[in-house]
Amino acid sequence: MSREGAVNAAIVALLLVVPVGAWLADEPFIVTLATRAVILALAGVGLNIALGLGGMISLGHAAFFGIGGYAMGILASHAQSYEPLFNWPMTIGGTQSMPLIWLVAMSVSGLAALMVGALSLRTTGAYFIMITLAFGQMFYYFAVSWPAYGGDDGLSIYVRNGFPGLNTLVPVQFLAICLMLLMLGLGFAAMLARSPFGLALDAARQAPERVETVGMRPYRLRLMAFVISGVITGLAGALYADLNRFVSPVMFSWQTSGEIMVFVILGGAGRLFGPVAGAMLFILLEHVLGGVSEFWHVYLGLLLLIVVLFARGGIIGLLAGRQVAHG
Amino acid sequence: MAEPVLATRGICKSFGAVTACKDVSIDLQAGEIHALIGPNGAGKSTLIRQIAGGLRPDAGRVILQGRDVTALGTAARARRGLARTFQVSTLAMEDTVLQNAVLGAMRACGNPYRVFGRALAAGEVRDRAEAALARVGLQGVAARWASELSHGQRRQLEVAVALALAPRVFVMDEPMAGLGGAGSRALTGFLDGLREEAPILLVEHDMDAVFALADRVSVLVYGSVIATGTVDEVRRDPQVRRAYLGEEA
Amino acid sequence: MSMLLLAEQILNGLQLGVMLFLMAAGLTLVFGVMGLINLAHGSLYMVGAFVAAAVAGATGSFVLALAAALAASAAAGALVEVLVIRRLYGRDHLDQVLATFALILIFSEGTRWAFGSFPLYLDIPGWLAGPVTLPGGIRYPLYRLALIGVGLLVALGLYLLISHTRLGVRIRAGESDREMIAALGVDISRLYTMVFALGAGLAGLAGALVGAIQSVQVGMGEPVLILAFVVIVIGGIGSVRGALAGALLVGLTDTLGGLFLPWVFGHYLGPSAAAGAGSALASMLIYVLMAGVLIWRPRGLFGGAA
Repeated sequence: MSREGAVNAAIVALLLVVPVGAWLADEPFIVTLATRAVILALAGVGLNIALGLGGMISLGHAAFFGIGGYAMGILASHAQSYEPLFNWPMTIGGTQSMPLIWLVAMSVSGLAALMVGALSLRTTGAYFIMITLAFGQMFYYFAVSWPAYGGDDGLSIYVRNGFPGLNTLVPVQFLAICLMLLMLGLGFAAMLARSPFGLALDAARQAPERVETVGMRPYRLRLMAFVISGVITGLAGALYADLNRFVSPVMFSWQTSGEIMVFVILGGAGRLFGPVAGAMLFILLEHVLGGVSEFWHVYLGLLLLIVVLFARGGIIGLLAGRQVAHG
Repeated sequence: MAEPVLATRGICKSFGAVTACKDVSIDLQAGEIHALIGPNGAGKSTLIRQIAGGLRPDAGRVILQGRDVTALGTAARARRGLARTFQVSTLAMEDTVLQNAVLGAMRACGNPYRVFGRALAAGEVRDRAEAALARVGLQGVAARWASELSHGQRRQLEVAVALALAPRVFVMDEPMAGLGGAGSRALTGFLDGLREEAPILLVEHDMDAVFALADRVSVLVYGSVIATGTVDEVRRDPQVRRAYLGEEA
Repeated sequence: MSMLLLAEQILNGLQLGVMLFLMAAGLTLVFGVMGLINLAHGSLYMVGAFVAAAVAGATGSFVLALAAALAASAAAGALVEVLVIRRLYGRDHLDQVLATFALILIFSEGTRWAFGSFPLYLDIPGWLAGPVTLPGGIRYPLYRLALIGVGLLVALGLYLLISHTRLGVRIRAGESDREMIAALGVDISRLYTMVFALGAGLAGLAGALVGAIQSVQVGMGEPVLILAFVVIVIGGIGSVRGALAGALLVGLTDTLGGLFLPWVFGHYLGPSAAAGAGSALASMLIYVLMAGVLIWRPRGLFGGAA
């Protein structure tokens, strides 16, 4: 096994051992923390496809995270109040079934990513960063000023949504669902990276002219990656809202976009397990530093500054060294 | 004369007040190497970009295998069989040599936008990529990072990626640039054998290579083609002598 | 809808526009000259507002408060440039985004630590308070009118600075050819610090001026920063002229959209539903404008071809 493989295996082991230990020791708070880390990791896996593989510096991924969250909030609140979503052309009601909610969350965030991506990818570089940030803010303001679903106050759900055969109100069972989805997400990302599409996307990041001269369009590659990325982040948003049983415009805020990007980078952009390591570190820092000082974001900022200026490659880069050539 | 594989008809391009191409019409016949020479700044690179698709001409047409491709982008022209190499190596440096070659082969067989399956899986694509590497002599370094290659090897890999496309026509922008005498002679020998497979439009400063390879030569000066003919015809052409040597004709 | 209301909203749009210009001018200069995308520009806006509120609270002088805000934010900008920003010039945009995001965290939490979480208030001075009556019978707050005046004056000053002074010559040269002006013996790192401090000072001034009509609180800078990004995308990165045009366009679109959309919707949906849908859509209007510009001219109205 390569060193990166060993590091990845250790991360998976940690993800299994910590919550199971906490569950046995009857520490539901730690189970909840682990669930948060797992869900954020999934959001990061989504961003990493655009950022790490595709080289697209998107500061608007909170849009997809938030859409996933609101897909959950809106469907569940309609189910809760027995009011149909709409009556025309046919009556569609809300639902409290997780798989259905996920499907809707992924479709809608994919559609949003298609629109945002199609426009933003007409540009590159600094323009792309500013535009994704701006479109993210558009969704934020829309959520704030749309009164039907709580506006600024957000939406609360009384009971966590259901999954066939499981009791999602038991923290460790909900964690198991999230962990399973994270593993599926990682498996998909790994498959993507090794596929013809992944090779072409990665090459389009390094040498777009080369990709064009072998007959592929960087725009199309990037747009596909952006949509896939948005879909996965949207799914994570639905889970995150379900974890909190609450969704508010904060999920759409630019800070959310920034934080997802920060932990992906801290973990190691472009590395399969980078987002997972980063999310775990982020939750750990939030918990430990947050306990030390109410102003823990100062320390997070300093740490980030040091990593950016002096230690590139993130945790996985630090632990596993350079990637090994695979022929 | 048979219909050319690749042709430009009356291409004009200017950037502000600077005219880069003025009514350029050249053609490339099956089985030939057509060299495009001219002093620095004559507009060769601009012309190549318009032929390959990176730049839209102000006027005129580009015709590939009898079809007007002027409105098509680079990728679409590549799909129609135009393979281009760059003056400055343009490779995915963080990928392996084999991955770069596979990138070239993907479009010709199968769907390169496929998200499942392995890009490097054994099969037609990989065979074709490996064959292209073997032809330029890079089979021994297939597993190395492209960034680890020497300058000469990178030039070879550029050619291998173009070969992997199985193109109908090659457009090569100074493939000999920066190669030493031996490397240049080896590549000259290789290109010599390639013309039967697909004709080559060759932009080159290395005159030994041009004289050894070219069936025909076009001389581009200040954006205009001032002469086209065999090596000997061009060498005797009074306009060419005047442009290069400043001689009174 | 009355003409008076329309005129008032147009003035509001201009006021928002010129304040956005103060933000966008610094951002676009820093990008044009140093190639840096600076997310922490909003923090300098916040610094200006806090310093103004603190100084006004201590001395009671609004003019002193403005001067202090300008000086403090320019100094903070110069300090940040020397400590952090100058290490980022050669780096890719991702590093710049992350490092300046880190600066936001440090600035925001540092300010919260120093001033607490409660908003501060900066009062409009007596000699600028109250409405004035404009030709045509429009009554409009004098202070907001002064903001428009100050913004336009700064725009004029910036134009004169760039086109008529030695610093301006160097800024323009820095935008086109960095190596050349270094070769000509211009101290490039001092030039960069000055440009960054100039941008920071403008942002701080905007923060202080706007601080008198909004509450002064942590996090006030970033929404304005993002609006300034919209302005720059519309105007074209690196172009101060584009920043002015984009800022006025965004300012007017935002305020007039907020007026017209609910009114238009009111005709179809009835007043209460219209207020909701109209204001939600009005909040998206400037982004729709940005999307339109992107489709029509991906490099902005005044952006170069390259």
